[in-house]
Amino acid sequence: MIFEVFRQERKGQPFQHAGSVTAPNEEFAEIYAREQYGRRQESVALWLVPRDALHEIDEFPDEFGMKYRRVDGYSIKARLREAREKAGTLELAPGASDE
Amino acid sequence: MSERTDLLLSLADDELILGWRNSEWTGIAPFLEEDVAFSSIAQNEIGHARALYELAAVELGTTADALAFDRGPDEYRSAPLVQLRRLEWARTIARHWLYETADEVRLASLKASDDSELAGLAAKIDREEAYHRMHAEMWIDRLLATDEGRSRLDEAVTELWPYALGVLDDGLRPEFRAHAEERLGRTLPDVEAVPRGVHEAELAELWEEMTSVRRSAPAGSQW
Repeated sequence: MIFEVFRQERKGQPFQHAGSVTAPNEEFAEIYAREQYGRRQESVALWLVPRDALHEIDEFPDEFGMKYRRVDGYSIKARLREAREKAGTLELAPGASDE
Repeated sequence: MSERTDLLLSLADDELILGWRNSEWTGIAPFLEEDVAFSSIAQNEIGHARALYELAAVELGTTADALAFDRGPDEYRSAPLVQLRRLEWARTIARHWLYETADEVRLASLKASDDSELAGLAAKIDREEAYHRMHAEMWIDRLLATDEGRSRLDEAVTELWPYALGVLDDGLRPEFRAHAEERLGRTLPDVEAVPRGVHEAELAELWEEMTSVRRSAPAGSQW
């Protein structure tokens, strides 16, 4: 069986894909993952996921090239501020007290 | 030398020599994951040896490195079980499991010792050995699950049993035997132990290799 290994470097950080281990079962996979991704104290936690349990999506059709759906070059921050000013909720917005 | 220092050196020598033996698989283990795991276990054993030598060194007024590398091959107190060069996987796993099982019995008795320094170090070592045991036990499950695995394991254990008994003092052997027999579901031969103090020819060969770098350096070199 192949297990995909995700590791967390510090508490609170997202888990990131580290690599995979081949093992006959979950118990062996645990030992192997521990030794490969944890022996140098480089991880605070690991997730082991059997590769078969992953549901992969790798097709994102865009037949009509709908570029306007992308937000590149569009200042969301400024637009949000404007909208909040209009609605009179600016002081309630997250981070408002920092300004 | 005190009885305590003698004991510390026996434990340290076992861990050092086994660490070296296990590291003989680095790069050539049956598959990559096992190669990494087994090499990592070997490094842990050497780390345990260092901690034990450091404790002994205080009393002897020397250093851990000097104890590990400056003694002659006949001065090592390691059990013959760990001295054997076994480049065959079934025997390597059998030795690994036999050693870890015996070591568990030994560490349990040390953890109960009145000597708080020794008991504390034994507890610390045991927390890492728990993962070595987990690794060894998984292999035993795996081998016992098939006829071929069982017969290869049985053969290897029978061959190594007199050596395995030699890891422990007389008093701890019955507990070790009971534990091993229950786990394997068979009786083990009633044989004489190959005791500590016997030096297998393979140890001298290992010593040559293990101490070569240190012996090649001028006295007083800093590492």
